[in-house]
Amino acid sequence: MSLDASDPVLTVSGLTLSYDIPAGELKALRDVNLSIGKGEIVGLVGESGSGKSTLMQAILGLLPGAAQIRSGSIRFEGQDLTGLSARQMRGLLGDRISVVFQDPMTALNPVLTIGRQMIDIQHRSKLSRREKRARAIEMLARVRIPDPESRIDRYPHEFSGGMRQRVAIAMALMAKPALLVADEPTTALDATLEIATIDLLRELQSEIGCAVLFITHHLGVVAELCDRIDIMYAGEIVESGATGAVFQDPRHPYTQLLFGCDPAQIAEPMRHLPSIGGNLPDLTAPLPGCIFASRCPRADETCTTGHPADHKAGQSDLVRCHYPLAPRLEISA
Amino acid sequence: MLSYLARRILLSVAVVLTVIAALFAMMHAIPGDAVRTALGPRASEAMVEAYRVKMGLDQPVLVQIWRFFSTILQGDLGSDAISGVPVARIILAQLPDTLYLVAGAMVVAVVPGIWLGVMSATHRGSLFDRVTSVLSVSVMAVPSFVIAIYLLLIFAIHLSWFPAIGAGEGFADRLHRLVLPSVALGLAWIGYIARILRASMLEVMGENHIRTARAFGLSERRIMFDYVLRIALLPTITVLGMGIGQMLSGAVFAEIVFGRPGIGKLVYDSIAARNYPIVVGTLLVTTGFFVLVNLIADLLIAFLDPRVRNVVSR
Repeated sequence: MSLDASDPVLTVSGLTLSYDIPAGELKALRDVNLSIGKGEIVGLVGESGSGKSTLMQAILGLLPGAAQIRSGSIRFEGQDLTGLSARQMRGLLGDRISVVFQDPMTALNPVLTIGRQMIDIQHRSKLSRREKRARAIEMLARVRIPDPESRIDRYPHEFSGGMRQRVAIAMALMAKPALLVADEPTTALDATLEIATIDLLRELQSEIGCAVLFITHHLGVVAELCDRIDIMYAGEIVESGATGAVFQDPRHPYTQLLFGCDPAQIAEPMRHLPSIGGNLPDLTAPLPGCIFASRCPRADETCTTGHPADHKAGQSDLVRCHYPLAPRLEISA
Repeated sequence: MLSYLARRILLSVAVVLTVIAALFAMMHAIPGDAVRTALGPRASEAMVEAYRVKMGLDQPVLVQIWRFFSTILQGDLGSDAISGVPVARIILAQLPDTLYLVAGAMVVAVVPGIWLGVMSATHRGSLFDRVTSVLSVSVMAVPSFVIAIYLLLIFAIHLSWFPAIGAGEGFADRLHRLVLPSVALGLAWIGYIARILRASMLEVMGENHIRTARAFGLSERRIMFDYVLRIALLPTITVLGMGIGQMLSGAVFAEIVFGRPGIGKLVYDSIAARNYPIVVGTLLVTTGFFVLVNLIADLLIAFLDPRVRNVVSR
């Protein structure tokens, strides 16, 4: 599955998950395979509604009640997370697995000081309250919060968005987790802050040596930060491989069209930004064929009737397409 | 925080002044000549004129307003129209009984109300939640005097667990006699508090920072009490502040049905006897109390929610 999957930190295999909704069953994730090696940064890319968040919630055991895992496993350090009780999962969260969420403005409790929240999350530690506080101050200094000794007693609304996100990163990395899940941590920030935050994240990641699952829809960030990339579409991972390889020679038609839509890749000025025609398929209906068939310019009868297998093609490790070796598609504006 | 405190106190003073002005306007708006009403139909013109001068009613309206305000602000609420006893003394004698009653009703409302609210929010959609919901709404729909009469019938007359009327003597007896009126006054508020707390807890539980707390493996108990309830209680505190005002007016029924002394009974009797100085004085005292309680509620909210302190003081 992965290049050097000798001892991955996290392996998602064959994960199929659906939501029970009044209209029936929404197949949110279908046969998802994903692997993250030790200390590796993996980018998970997909548009809104592609199942990125559901996959993240499944890994963290924070799925809503209507979600049902139908099959597959999520192995973390040799344990299958899908079989864990809520209590066992709580034992891992904030210790071996940490998260940084998307919106720094709402991710912290508004009525408790930063210090109180940073002390609370050290609930497993046997340190005294004073020592926990000292650790929190030290961690704030490491994410370059100015004057951490007095800032620690401030409330979240007294921090700027960028600072709040750095506080969130400090909280997530304080326990030195084996896996950090970063859910679009820079989407709510402006461009300069985004770069600074990513630099900081990379710096701390290499110090701690944790693996990172970086969820985003910003291709530039993936190219900059990630060792590997997984492209998600409508609940399936359609392509996966080393970042450089996939960017250079994408094999799945969706990946090819997606890269064509990235404004950063467009050389000359255009009247309209390019986009992929059509919409996400209805995930409550039966899906016999390829998930991308309805929008794929190359789709034929094979694509609409048969579900494609995962192929190794070009330099990509996984391409879920019937024609992984077909010539590259170009997008028209 | 200090600036917030100052603003909030200033606002309370403004409310009290507005109420005094409204009371003055109300007395002038009552149809008929106040002097002739007070002296009766057989008073001579000379008597009417003398009384008018004595009461200051011959002065221009602005002077009258000034006198009205200045006497009240000096703490002088005037004298009983019949006995001549200072109004302030009469009210102060009756006030404690009403405050005990309101305090009792608050205990009856708040303790089970918060428990039910927390339980139905954490067990959303369960049988418990649904039964609580139906009971809350149905009890809220029953007027408190009806509840009072049924409580009397069942617990005082049929079961004889509690005495039917009176405030009692000594601590134990007073407390014993406080139970039924407190329940009558507070019962409907149990459901109200439970509903409001449930709704605001569910709202807070859906917020991102609670997901963050879960993602750090904090225990559900800790999340509920330290992270959810602390925010969810804020709207409940505001409602309780208003609720005390409602309970003060509801106290009229409870005091009459249970034959207790108190502000409510005093107002009721004074209105029946057209004893206006007492009515005005009582209204002022209850308004002052209500404003004070809401001031305390707001300060409590500012203490619990740093965002309130900052936004207002900026």
